[in-house]
Amino acid sequence: MSLDPATVRRIARLARIRVDEAQVTQMQAELNAILGWIEQLNEVNVDGVAPMAGGSQGMAQRLRVDAVTDGGMADQVLANAPDRAGAFYAVPKVVE
Amino acid sequence: MLTDLTLAEARAGLRAGRFSSRELTLAFLGAIEALNPRLNAFITVTAERALAQADAADAALARGEHAALTGIPLAIKDLYCTAGVRTTAGSRILAPFVPSYESTVSANLLRDGAVFLGKANMDEFAMGSSNMTSAYGAVTNPWTRRGDNRALVPGGSSGGSAAAVAARLALGATATDTGGSIRQPASFCGIAGIKPTYGRCSRWGVVAFASSLDHPGPLARTVEDCAILLGSMAGFDPKDSTSADIAVPDFAAACARGVKGLRIGVPREYRSDGMAPEIEALWRQGLDWLRAEGAEIVDVSLPHTRYGLATYYIVAPAEASSNLARYDGVRFGARTEGHDLIELYENTRAEGFGSEVKRRVMIGTYVLSAGYYDAYYLRAQKVRALILKDFTDVFQQVDALLTPTAPTAAFAQGERMDDPITMYLNDVFTVPANLSGVPGLSVPAGLDAQGLPLGLQVLGRHFDEETVFAVGAAIERAAGFPALPSIRAGA
Repeated sequence: MSLDPATVRRIARLARIRVDEAQVTQMQAELNAILGWIEQLNEVNVDGVAPMAGGSQGMAQRLRVDAVTDGGMADQVLANAPDRAGAFYAVPKVVE
Repeated sequence: MLTDLTLAEARAGLRAGRFSSRELTLAFLGAIEALNPRLNAFITVTAERALAQADAADAALARGEHAALTGIPLAIKDLYCTAGVRTTAGSRILAPFVPSYESTVSANLLRDGAVFLGKANMDEFAMGSSNMTSAYGAVTNPWTRRGDNRALVPGGSSGGSAAAVAARLALGATATDTGGSIRQPASFCGIAGIKPTYGRCSRWGVVAFASSLDHPGPLARTVEDCAILLGSMAGFDPKDSTSADIAVPDFAAACARGVKGLRIGVPREYRSDGMAPEIEALWRQGLDWLRAEGAEIVDVSLPHTRYGLATYYIVAPAEASSNLARYDGVRFGARTEGHDLIELYENTRAEGFGSEVKRRVMIGTYVLSAGYYDAYYLRAQKVRALILKDFTDVFQQVDALLTPTAPTAAFAQGERMDDPITMYLNDVFTVPANLSGVPGLSVPAGLDAQGLPLGLQVLGRHFDEETVFAVGAAIERAAGFPALPSIRAGA
């Protein structure tokens, strides 16, 4: 599988990263080299192998009681916001 | 010189009242002031806080109270959130970020009385093997080649932590290891470092790269010092759902166990054709040392080793693309304005992320995208299961494995920068332990022909760091690694 410029632009859009036209060609070459390299995994016989998700081996993921254990610290949460309006994050106008 | 002490020696000196934590802390702050302009190991130095913590430690010591690390000055990788102290993850996008909370691991260190000197430089979001991707500049390895003054890389991603410890700017440091980021810099800088078992150290409050592969752990100049640090860092944390509810043993005591009767495996797949002869010779030397101490050496096979890197470069970017979605210019971190919300996101991330981070987020986005998920991500998860099985099978036969830590010694800044894949190959021996979650330690064992340090890696069973420490300490004793970096405090 080889990425064309349109696919590079689509991935950048999905990843929410602005990519200038001038960067598309270089990115295309780099991404294709990496994807070509990882295709070696096609050599491996994975028939009947259960996929491994997560890093904890043999340990069930814990569930905790569904209760509020934290919160009530709006000022701390907002302390690092680039822009805020009162107790809210501020963003450019979304709805006309 | 106080800065030449090991952590264990400094702790004994503090407890015996031979010097105060303030004196010790001032010695390290002085060393940082003198050498950090050359090494760039610290992004942020917190001198005033450090002295206040040192004074509190001295007061505690005067009352006869000493916890595991009372008064011990450490460097904290800038991936660990520290309350009230800027935490950048080596990225421009987190330049303005000051957490209001403390990571669990750094809080554990503070609970045990540690003094934090500052925040250590690192590859951006821990993505790199040279520390060259940091938005805060490259870190210089305190070691240089014989007769060649070119600046070398300290390895990465924990390059600042490793350089600080090797140059005696701190007694130890926190670090993290997602594909080798503790062990490879340890090898490049001639110090020790352990990536513990997945789940041993909480990831809560550590800026996430690839959650199923991220492992917090320590760097220090000796194996015992790593054991002391890990003892404080480790432990169950209900705030991390993958944290293991397993008792923390006395790691430091395990360093003195010896290796008599242990079975040590030599994985044949780690012996690549292109391996530098001096690395192969050091590996053989390490096995001889262990044999002389009463261990039995066994040839073993980890058949899927060669697929580790490719698996890693699907799983890690996939997780990174999800984790890094949070940097949106809205809730925290830097923002670059746009005409609408989408443009704000795209501009913020284009300006805020460096090229390696963008590359990995793009790869991750692609392998998770509709139509490609099965071919890439699902297949990689299956190969990962086979790599894990390799380890569980081999640990039925042996107690630990010995391998080289990295395929080369430290390289020069600017070398191997042309092609991302060449850089990825640095992690060929370290990545399998991240994919499988088994503990891995790098111990300095010798020098190459140019006078640069080389490390050997000890891998063990899940949650059996004690055996890993026992083997690592035995190699350390046998190697008697005497060499010192040319750039260091007091040199």
